[in-house]
Order: sequence, then C-alpha cells, then structure tokens
Amino acid sequence: MFKKILVANRGEIAMRIMRTCKEMGIATVAVYSTADKDSMHVRFADEAVCIGPATSKLSYLSVTNIISAAEITNCDAIHPGYGFLSENAEFSRVCQEYNIKFIGPSPEMINQMGDKATAKATMKKAGVPTIPGSEGLLESIAEGMKIAHKIKYPVILKATAGGGGRGMRIVNNDSEFEKAWNEAKMESGSAFGNDGLYLEKFVEEPRHIEIQIVGDRYGKVCHLSERECSIQRRHQKLLEESPSPFITAELREKMGEAAVKGAKAINYEGAGTIEFLVDKDRNFYFMEMNTRIQVEHPVTEEVTDFDLIKEQIKVAAGEPISGRNYYPKLFAMEARINAEDPSNNFRPSPGKITELHLPGGHGVRIDTHVYNGYVIPPNYDSMIAKLIVTAQSREEVVVRMKRALSEFVIEGVKTTIPFHLKLMDDPQFQEGKFTTKFLESFDFNNL
Amino acid sequence: MANQTEKQYTEILGLIQAIAGSGLDEVFIENGYKIKVRRNSEVVTVQAPVAVPAQVFAAPAPAAHAAAPVTTALPTEVATPEPAAAAKNEIIVRSSMVGTFYRAASPNDPDFVKVGDTITKGKVIGLIEAMKLFNEIESDYAGKVVKILVENASPVEFDQPLLVLEA
Repeated sequence: MFKKILVANRGEIAMRIMRTCKEMGIATVAVYSTADKDSMHVRFADEAVCIGPATSKLSYLSVTNIISAAEITNCDAIHPGYGFLSENAEFSRVCQEYNIKFIGPSPEMINQMGDKATAKATMKKAGVPTIPGSEGLLESIAEGMKIAHKIKYPVILKATAGGGGRGMRIVNNDSEFEKAWNEAKMESGSAFGNDGLYLEKFVEEPRHIEIQIVGDRYGKVCHLSERECSIQRRHQKLLEESPSPFITAELREKMGEAAVKGAKAINYEGAGTIEFLVDKDRNFYFMEMNTRIQVEHPVTEEVTDFDLIKEQIKVAAGEPISGRNYYPKLFAMEARINAEDPSNNFRPSPGKITELHLPGGHGVRIDTHVYNGYVIPPNYDSMIAKLIVTAQSREEVVVRMKRALSEFVIEGVKTTIPFHLKLMDDPQFQEGKFTTKFLESFDFNNL
Repeated sequence: MANQTEKQYTEILGLIQAIAGSGLDEVFIENGYKIKVRRNSEVVTVQAPVAVPAQVFAAPAPAAHAAAPVTTALPTEVATPEPAAAAKNEIIVRSSMVGTFYRAASPNDPDFVKVGDTITKGKVIGLIEAMKLFNEIESDYAGKVVKILVENASPVEFDQPLLVLEA
C-alpha cells in the first residue's frame, strides 16, 4: 500500500481524498497556488507545497511543479481528483516515467476515451449500444448529408475534441446543413484546436443517466449502478440523484452490463463513469466515458455504502476488486452549491464568507472546503460545497433536502441554494418527470 | 499621564488614517514613538482563524486509538518559514520553481553567492533541480547579499524566500 499520496487538486475534492487517506494510514501532501494559501486542504494535509501563482496553468496544471513537489516530499502516488490533470495523458505518462503511481488510468486509456469519435467506435465494437451516426470523422458536407438521410433528421454535428456543449450544432434538414457545418467547424477549431466533426442522430429530450464502474488490473470490472444527472444548465450538472426515477430494475441490469462490457473491452483500471443518453422509450446509447472520479460520486457512495476513493487507491495499489455489482439500498440526491447568483444568470460571486452554518442531522452529508471567514478566490471554479442527502424514499429525500437547504447559511456571497429550494418544490421534479431540457424552461426569477 | 497617552493614541490613529487615504505604500515615522505603516499591494487574503470549524476535525478519538492524531497540528513546512517583514531597503529573492536548491554547480565548486557579495540583476544565485533537470536561478534584482535562507540540497517550493538583498 502507498505510504504517501500527493493530492494534485484543491478545494472539496482535495479534502475528500485526504480524508480517506488518513483513514487508510497514508500520509498526505497538499499542493496549492499562492491564491489558495489559506485553503482548508493545505492545513488538513500532513505536508504542503506551494506550486505556483494563482493562474491554474502555472500551478494546478503545471506537470513539472507537481511532479517536483512529489519528488521533494517522496510521494509514491498522486491522486489527481477531477478536472485539472485528471484526464491528461501526458501527466499520467510522466508519473509512470518518474515511478510515481498515478491513481487513474494509463495514458493509452485516457487517449482512447478522450477522443470522442474513437471512444464511440471502441464501444460500438465492444457491443455497447451507440447512437447511430458517422463512423469516425466526416470528410465532407456531402458525406454528412448522406448519413443524415440514412439515420433520419434531426441530427447533430459534434466536435471530436469537444466538451461542455461547444462545437455542436443541431441540423433539422438539408437546407440547414452547410451553415451548421461551417459554424461547428469554426467553433471547435478555435476552442479545442481541432475542427474534426462527426455526426449523430439527435436524441430529442434525452435523460442523462450514467453508470459508475470500477476495474482492477486483473481484468475484473464491476458496476455500482446509475446516477441520474439530467438536471443540467448549459451542460453543467446542478443536481444528481440515485436511483434514477426513470430507470427500471431491468434497464439497470442492461445498462450495467453494457457499461461493464465497455470497460472490460479497454482493460479499464480504476474508477470510471460511462455516460448514456436514455430516450423516452428507454433505449440507451453510449455518450462518453469519464476516466476519473466524478464530482457526483458521493451520491453512489451513500446509496451503496461504498468508499469510491478508497477503492481507487486500493486498485491502484494492486488489490483486486470483489467483482460484485452494487445496487442502491437507499435514495440520495446531491445539490451542487456554487458561489453563483442564480437570479442573475448564475454570475460568479467570489468573495468573503462572513457567516457560515452547515446543515447536519441524519442523512445529511456536506463535502466542502469552505469555513467562516474564508475568501473564495475568483481564479477557480465556483463550486464551494456539495450537499448530499440520503433517505429511505425519494419523497423523503426531497423533504430532507429542503430542510437541509433552509438550514444552510452562507452570507457574504451569493449561492445556488435558492435555486435548489425552488427545484425541490417543482411538481415535475417531484414526480421525477424531467429530461436534460428541463432547466431550459425553468423560471429563475423569484427565487 | 493618562492624558499624554490618550493624546498620543489619537495622534497615531489620525496619522494612520491619513496614510491609509494617501495612496502611499509605506510610511515610517519617528516622533518620540516609532511607527511603520505598510499597505499590502496585493489582494488582501484573510488569515483563517486557527480554531478551524468543528466539521473538519471530526469526533475526538480517544488518545489510545489515534493512529495519526487529527489535531490542530499545522502542516509540516517543506522549508524554513517566512522571514520577519523585510526592512525598507531589503529585497527578498523568491523561488519561481519547485525542486531541490543547490548553492553551487557541484560539491567541488564554490557557492554561486555568499553573504556580503554584491550581485547584479541576472546573476546566477543557485540551481534548482526539478525532474532531473538543473535550472539556473537568476536574481531579478541587484544588491548586496545580506542573508541566505536556504541550505544546500534542500527542497524549495514556489515563492519560497531564497535570499535577502540590500538594495
């Protein structure tokens, strides 16, 4: 087992990883930028190394400084968390070269799943249902239109290097095709430096349901059931839950099996998530694979009673997984509390927290790094806490979430708490009848 | 006596307020008492209270059980802590990298700089080894070396003070 792990991240996920390390008797090293000097994860770790100025590129994204920090503190492993370098193949490779175990996938796996067109082709070959569309990148508009006729409009042009909803254009008929092509190419070229496009059938009003998997280095893969993540605003998740109110035991079995098949096909090692789009007829299609621990992992942890970070560390240290699948025993939801003003287009609201009271009680979990008096720096993403609520039924989760949210006091900055409160009262949400389009018609006034 | 102290106090308070509004960065006054007022030009970050909220350091475990006691122990600093606030004409040269600092090109070579040396901007003051590569560290400032804050072959982090120069 590892003796010392460097956590190459910040904020709540750094806290999360270090907490499990402490339980496992593993020493922890925090890295931080000058802007995070007073951050909680710095104080929580056994050792801390300042790795650069506020700019992420020169600190949290600096492979050199992070590897150097691991060297001078004699770490034998690095946990990258999510975001930053967690899906950076080069970082994974450099760790290998310097004999530091990267708690995540190999560079080859990252590359395979990082390129969307390749990932889709790989999954299709493994027998995982994929959205009908082009085989790889499109060579021309003519080719695109030919495929669109075959699979039937509406279709969507997508950037192979894309993410966060950029480099995508929906096409409803032939006359829209050329304009959409040109726009998508230009947007993806400038945002990702790669203007390759592929084509897919546009699944209307889908639900985003993902399956958590874990694989060990001996070829075993298991799944930990689904997370429903359709509550998204501009492709950013705001609330996640498990089990999905839309899924049946049969669908869970089918999707779980498909996810395991896909992960086995690439000899996946570590924790990962396979995202699916599910249409109104409960057909599911592979969307993408995330080769890292995800923000919303606590939802799965609470309903299956499983420490996913601990499993990641064990697998990285060469321990085998049980091979069993895990199913939800309870119901849980996670509300992302961001320092943003939901009444003003979710404008970021950094600044000093002048008053803080965290909710508590049975079935309430908070993953956060903030404290009373903490100054939220403007340089990083705005998520400041995750409120995870668990209960014996979905109805009780909603009631408990409402209670916990109304007990949650953060003053000095604006947060998404008012949005979540209104969401809990929404009848459609309460019935579990929503898709990824749900928030498009949500009234963000009068929160 | 009380009157005198009160008068002095009001005077000092007035001076501080005047300085704060003046736009000056640093003022040193000696008038029977000495005060130095320095404005931080960077964004003010509030020092977190040492008493961190109970949430973080969870339920107290009985001493016998604690494998690695989760107490209010501060993290081990990688190297020496920040020196006392520099005097007016002192410049602190800081590390721009993370790695191991060496004061000479090799164990057989003399140190790049020693206390008392006057250096120019660009002078190599040491090497920092990171990822098996040695990087020459140049001083961004000129001055006389007053203090060397890191020992040979010791780990350094970003922004860590390396030398104190007198301008």
